[in-house]
This record gives sequence, C-alpha cells and structure tokens, in this order.
Amino acid sequence: MSATSDERIEAALGQDATAREARDGMATYIVPRAAAHDALSRLKGAGFESVTLVTAIDRMPREPRFEVYWQLLSLQHKLRVRVVAEVPEDDAHVASVVDLWPGAGYGERECFDMFGIEFDGGSNQRLLMPDGYDHFPLRKDFPHQGIEPDRLYREWERERRSEAGKS
Amino acid sequence: MGSLTPVGSADSQAGFFATQADALINWGRKNSLWPMPLGLSCCGIELMAMIGPKFDIARFGAEAARFSPRQCDVLIVAGTLTWKMAEACRTIYDQMPDPKWVIAMGVCSSSGGMYDSYAVTQGVDMILPVDVYVPGCPPRPDAVIDALMKLQKKIERESPTGRLAQGVLEGGDEGTGAFSMPPNQAVTTHRIGTYVAPGDMTPGDGSEDQSS
Ligand code: SF4
Repeated sequence: MSATSDERIEAALGQDATAREARDGMATYIVPRAAAHDALSRLKGAGFESVTLVTAIDRMPREPRFEVYWQLLSLQHKLRVRVVAEVPEDDAHVASVVDLWPGAGYGERECFDMFGIEFDGGSNQRLLMPDGYDHFPLRKDFPHQGIEPDRLYREWERERRSEAGKS
Repeated sequence: MGSLTPVGSADSQAGFFATQADALINWGRKNSLWPMPLGLSCCGIELMAMIGPKFDIARFGAEAARFSPRQCDVLIVAGTLTWKMAEACRTIYDQMPDPKWVIAMGVCSSSGGMYDSYAVTQGVDMILPVDVYVPGCPPRPDAVIDALMKLQKKIERESPTGRLAQGVLEGGDEGTGAFSMPPNQAVTTHRIGTYVAPGDMTPGDGSEDQSS
C-alpha cells in the first residue's frame, strides 16, 4: 500500500528531485524550476491523474522568495505527492501545467492574481482582483488594508473616460 | 408690473407655478420609487424579505423591483461590494436614468463593515453618491423601509424645476455621470446632514489624481 515515499514517485522524478521532510503524511520533493514541468509530466505518466492544488508561499526575507506548490493525487495508487519549485522575485515565472491537467488553470490564475507569479503557457489573468489592479495582495509586503482603492478607481474612471472619448 | 423672472432661476424666489409643479413631480417620484435590487451577499436575503408579502414595500410604491437599471429609480446596494464588483455596480448606477437615488444597505455597503481588507470597497460611497445609509448587519427589513421613507422625505425637499432651470442637467452625456451634482445630502436613520464622500467622489470628477 501507499508509503509516503513510494518508489513510483522517486522513479518518476528521477535525479532532479530532492526529498524534503514529509508534512501531513505527504511526500514532498523539491525540483529545480526549469525541470518542474518535465517532472510533473512524468508523475502524470506514473499515474497521478489529478492536481488538487496549485499555490505558492511567499517566504519574503529569504531568497529565492517564492515557492510554488503542486499537490497531486493518484486514485489508482492511493497516493498523494507534493512538488515544490523555488521561484525568485525578479524572474517570477514557472511553466504552466494546464497542458497536463486543464483543471490546474484556476489554481494558476489565483497564484498569478495573489502572488504575481506568471505561468508560461497559462492564461495569467486576474481571478479575484479586478483587471487593471497592479498589486499582488498575498505578497508579504502588501499592506494589510490594501492599496488606496480610491485612487485605483480614479484611474479606471480616467481610462474609461478616455476610451469613451475615443470611440 | 416689472419683468417676468424666469421660473426657478437661481436668483429668483420659486413662484407659484414652480412650487406646485415641484410638489406634483415629487409626489409622483416619491411614491413610485422602483428599486434596483443589487443583492450582493447576505443582506440580499433581508432585501427579498422586504419585497415579499410580510414586509411588503408595495405599501410605499416601491414593490416593482426591476432587474434592468434603465427602469429603476433607487439603487439598493445590499451587501459586500468587492472591488471586482465595483465596476459593475458603478456601471449599473451610470445606466440608471436621472433622477436616481442610492440606499447603502448594511454596514458592508455603508463602510466596508467587518471586511477591512484589500478586496472590499470601504463603503459604496467610494464609487457612488449615497442618499441613505442603513446600519445593521443585516438591517431588519423595517430598517430599510425606514430608509425608504427617509428617502421619500428627502425627495419631498427636492426642487426638480429649479434643478432644470439651473441647467444642472444640461450639457452632460446622459448616463455617463458627467453632469455636475449638488453636494450630496446624505441621511442615516439617525441624523440628517451634508455628507462629504472620501476624496470628494462626485460623479464626473475623474481628472485630478488623489495620490496622497
Ligand atoms: S452588512 Fe452584514 S448581512 Fe449585510 S452583507 Fe455585510 S456581512 Fe452580510
């Protein structure tokens, strides 16, 4: 039955991955950012049919700043795995996995919306915050009460007026 | 006997015709306040109760809730207005034909309420001129009916002919909020006074920056 570090996972991940301390009974592996898509597609080949979570953590003072997480579920092997890639702030992008699991799209959009991490090949659209908002609320340096929305509204209003004037 | 003063002009005393016309127009307006129900969250349930037979705002001529802003007089913002929704809400307000009024129902739409957060507008008065604020989380339907009656009182004090004669409505694109508005007389269920919205958010004022 399912051990937390199954040979299947290790075999699929290959040399790229280093194991991390397993949390919540879920095997965790850290992969280099460039190899993340390949590693995830090999995991899909090994029987992980669905991605249950795509999210990120902002570990602000630390470098690289962000960690992007994918949590995968294999129903046939009764197994879950967590894959982590580290993403630096000045070059915050990582390959999208919507080509493997289309359902990852929402997670990636939320991740983009909240942390500003771009997913190459993903839609990179705002999900919960309005379009044209250029801050990322779940970053640790975002103020608790938000960014002056009054001003934000004025900017929209001006844009809309200038568009209305054009047409 | 002297020259005729233009009816309702700014420097004239409103004459018999103007006051009688005002009274008639106001009577018609205040007794047919068709609400635009913008039920955004939990307050929407109380709004439905208010429209339903038990509380029955038909008694005040306001039962004809239209879901097209073009047919509405009073926008009832019932619930938490997020920034994502703010643009839609403002568009609905812009689409409503003049004259139009706004009731901010519940603490969320009055002040942001407990949602002191990046995602929620801290009161719909950030994006709309509000006429009546109704505190409560949610306010009881009778509190909103009270707000409606306060709004009716407010409408009684308006002078539609005077407003026309002053040309307040002239020169604006209808529906874009580009015409200038007099300072908003806002009402809560506790007091009546002039309310200045944060950053003087009058419609049509989008030119200058408010960066502090
Ligand atoms: S005021 Fe209270 S009841 Fe009304 S929308 Fe806000 S949280 Fe819900």
